[in-house]
Amino acid sequence: MARDRILKLVAIATAAGMFSGLFGVGGGTIIVPLLIFWLAYGEREATGTSLAAIVIIASYATVGQALYGNVDVPLAALVGTPALVGVVAGTALQQRIPERAVALLFAALLVATAIELIIP
Amino acid sequence: MEYVAAALLGFAGGMLGGLVGVGGGVLFVPALVIFLDQSQVHAEATSLLAIAFVALLGAWRQRGYGNVRVRDGVVLGVVSPLGVAAGVVVSNAVSERTLELLFAALVLVIAAQLLRRALRPAVPRETAGWVGKEGGQ
Repeated sequence: MARDRILKLVAIATAAGMFSGLFGVGGGTIIVPLLIFWLAYGEREATGTSLAAIVIIASYATVGQALYGNVDVPLAALVGTPALVGVVAGTALQQRIPERAVALLFAALLVATAIELIIP
Repeated sequence: MEYVAAALLGFAGGMLGGLVGVGGGVLFVPALVIFLDQSQVHAEATSLLAIAFVALLGAWRQRGYGNVRVRDGVVLGVVSPLGVAAGVVVSNAVSERTLELLFAALVLVIAAQLLRRALRPAVPRETAGWVGKEGGQ
């Protein structure tokens, strides 16, 4: 692998890792656009490759947070198990429902969530 | 009832991941904070464990569609610990309220990205962004 390419991957991984550790998310928000803009990835490849990276990144971050005693395994199962079903349903539904409606619906859900978090 | 609500938000998080390619954590964390009274940093930590499994399933499915460059994905994961450690340390050092507000800002940024995607003119599926990434296989 070319040195330049390695450096870009390291930069992306470090930024995504910080996001993951700080916010408890996977880091796809960082990885997907950077793979596209820096490494000329196609959209689907960027998403797929990002998911593979997130498996490792989220595992590291889980271990890091577990060292602080913050991880609750039963609660992770409570949200994670329905999420596994959701992933399968989401990929299956993708062929059948309009993209814009989906994006709008989730944007609304996220805004409502943010408001709920901001209000003390 | 709160457990049902949290599970539903978990389902929505997975669905967002499957449909849009970002997701999971951005809904897992609020599910744990709002419905199960977890502190922000505890919710984030627990969300990470759930994400590892959800991403594993997602990556496996995407690999079936030929969308995963395994070597790059592994490199990205393996070289991430420095960033991860920094994030974890900061998340445990700042106040709960600060972390909660920063997280809310992240949620709003992702909502804005989705909104922009929803409102822009139609483009061919291959370049259509995170929405529709698996269309037409």
